Amino acid sequence: MPESVSNITAQMPRAKLAGLLLFFLGPAVAIYTLFSIYPLVATMTLSTYTSDPSGARSFVGLANFATLLGDALWSKPFWNAFGNNLIFFAVHMCVQNPVGIALAGLLSLPGLRLKGFYRTVMFLPTMLSVVIVGFSWNLILSPLWGVAAGALKAVGLGSLFAPWLGLESSALVTLSLISVWQFVGIPMMLIYAALLNIPEELIDAARVDGLGHFRIFFHIKLPLVLPTISLVSVLTFVANFNAFDLIYSIKGALAGPNFATDILGTFFYRTFFGNQLQLGNPTMGSAVATVMFLIILVGLCLYLFFVQRRIRRYAF
Amino acid sequence: MRRTFKAALGTEVAALALLAGLASAQAGSLKIESWRNDDADIWNSKIIPAFNKHYPDIKIEFAPSAPKEYNAALNARLDGGTAGDLITCRPFDASLALYQKHQLDAVDGIKGMDNFSDVAKAAWQTDDGKTTFCVPMASVIAGFIYNKEAFAKLGVSEPKTLDEFHAVLEKFKKDGTYVPLVMGTADQWEAATMGFQNVGPDYWKGETGRANLIAGKEKLTDPQYVAAFKEIANWAPYLGSGFQAQTYADSQNLFSLGKGAIYAAGSWDISTFRGQAKFAMGAFPPPQPAGTADCYISDHTDIAMGVNAASKNKEDAKKFLEWLTTPEFATIYANALPGFFPLAKTPVKVDDDVAATMVGWRQTCKSTIRNSYQILSRGTPNLENELWNVSAQVVNGKLTPDAAGKQLQDGLDKWYKPAK
Repeated sequence: MPESVSNITAQMPRAKLAGLLLFFLGPAVAIYTLFSIYPLVATMTLSTYTSDPSGARSFVGLANFATLLGDALWSKPFWNAFGNNLIFFAVHMCVQNPVGIALAGLLSLPGLRLKGFYRTVMFLPTMLSVVIVGFSWNLILSPLWGVAAGALKAVGLGSLFAPWLGLESSALVTLSLISVWQFVGIPMMLIYAALLNIPEELIDAARVDGLGHFRIFFHIKLPLVLPTISLVSVLTFVANFNAFDLIYSIKGALAGPNFATDILGTFFYRTFFGNQLQLGNPTMGSAVATVMFLIILVGLCLYLFFVQRRIRRYAF
Repeated sequence: MRRTFKAALGTEVAALALLAGLASAQAGSLKIESWRNDDADIWNSKIIPAFNKHYPDIKIEFAPSAPKEYNAALNARLDGGTAGDLITCRPFDASLALYQKHQLDAVDGIKGMDNFSDVAKAAWQTDDGKTTFCVPMASVIAGFIYNKEAFAKLGVSEPKTLDEFHAVLEKFKKDGTYVPLVMGTADQWEAATMGFQNVGPDYWKGETGRANLIAGKEKLTDPQYVAAFKEIANWAPYLGSGFQAQTYADSQNLFSLGKGAIYAAGSWDISTFRGQAKFAMGAFPPPQPAGTADCYISDHTDIAMGVNAASKNKEDAKKFLEWLTTPEFATIYANALPGFFPLAKTPVKVDDDVAATMVGWRQTCKSTIRNSYQILSRGTPNLENELWNVSAQVVNGKLTPDAAGKQLQDGLDKWYKPAK
């Protein structure tokens, strides 16, 4: 039996071990520090400054955060964006993940033909550029030349059609569903991979006990892939609270109508880079970015504390 | 072995020297930052070659960004020291901020600057009007472009008053062949720029109202501003179905496909339509409200050019700016891009008939610029952004004209305290 790694390193002289660690970990740590940690710290630092018209910056402590959360001028759009973000996330959780699970369940059925084809087709939108997705859906849903109106009319539901992307009541949900359409391939693939990992013996045993596909899925497979589902959920959470591109490509930085589709990403963009006559405000923008980071951090901590700790993987 | 190495070294040094020589030969090259990516062809095929006839040694590269991203991208490049030598200037505060940050040079010393009136220069001057930092290039005029064939078919003529305008719209609506008025609210800015700022100046008397607003003598809750909102609120029944989700590109396509009768236009649309529309077009200025005598048009100073203060080739950049002040440039620009009207004093002949019509309004109507552009969009909330939002909402029927005026004035009151 070969010697275990920990034994080898334990016997190594200290200096040699340090050199070895530096050699293998150094480059990764350096790159990670340069491109991830440094920008994060720099953003946080910048959020404690303010700048005057000449571009000179002065330290103001937490004043930017007080303005962001305390001044109605800033807090109103901020909470509006946060609320919209929650809706955006909720739609993903209620539609994207269940659909992803269902698709993965169907794909993993034994005896399904053209499996590879379905898998590819459903994963395809994930690889498309957001700009293309935005452009295509804008066209599909366009009241002028979109196919959506015609398609609904063809099945006798023409009266249901509305300019969904232009109405305050429906724009955000429509955008969320477009995003769901694009990214449903990712939970599908992850859950599919987890389903394939379930030992055949378990399924066979269930089948011998007389369970059908449906009950096998709900009583055997689903509980076993719960850890993956919770992982998918947390990935969805992080991606949704960082989202920006789809809204920007379809609705622009003003996220109309009347900020109905404004999420933290577009709010940050408008603040940091400005829009039309509004000049960018990098220090306030950094404050928004920092708050976004904290929201995601808190969400992740809650997840780690309440969910991750309780997850038990099946073992043999 | 050693010898070969030396020889190789020698070749390398020679090659380096040659490269250095080439580099210095390219010292006369300039890069232009711009948001007009639609115009790249015209710059490369007409404007730059015309300039090179005078200065064959100065190489110019036109390097535009997408209009939406221009401000952000330009600011990032200026801060990072990678911006081009010549900077296309947005009017008012965006460029003023660049000057204040010492990223743009003053251009007062450039020969030919006296070929521009004070009004033409105002958009690129310090508040006291003493320093100019960009050379004015063009303005754009708002109004209405119409489908002449559609008008002939229904036997209607250009409306002069708002009552006539509404009658024409009604007639087209009854007929049903054409979308009476082409404008969408999905992108929001059309409702403000081609709606509110287009028909509004007749109500607030152009520059008079604009100056009073800045001086704090008028408020956006005053009847003349609310009336402008009331007018655009009237438009909703005549817009295309689902106009709430109709984007600017949708509107352009709808009209150029001949499906619309009247298009709420900016003169910059002319060149797009010339390339696509197969029917004869005409243009009329904003119809006048009942009881008004003078007419006003939104003749907005929109585009100028300045020198990056960090440019390594300012001498050549200034030569280019100097050329921008000449009638030669004005003529090329006005005719290559019909709808962008030169700001120089020397008269320029515009060949395109629709463009000539629009620029002709300057003779009969008084010019004004968009009232949210100077000073009033300097704070938070930003008046221009607010205007886009409320104008779109007014057209969508989600906000009453009175509430729209109130929201704008409340926002302005939060940070703007004019000396009264």
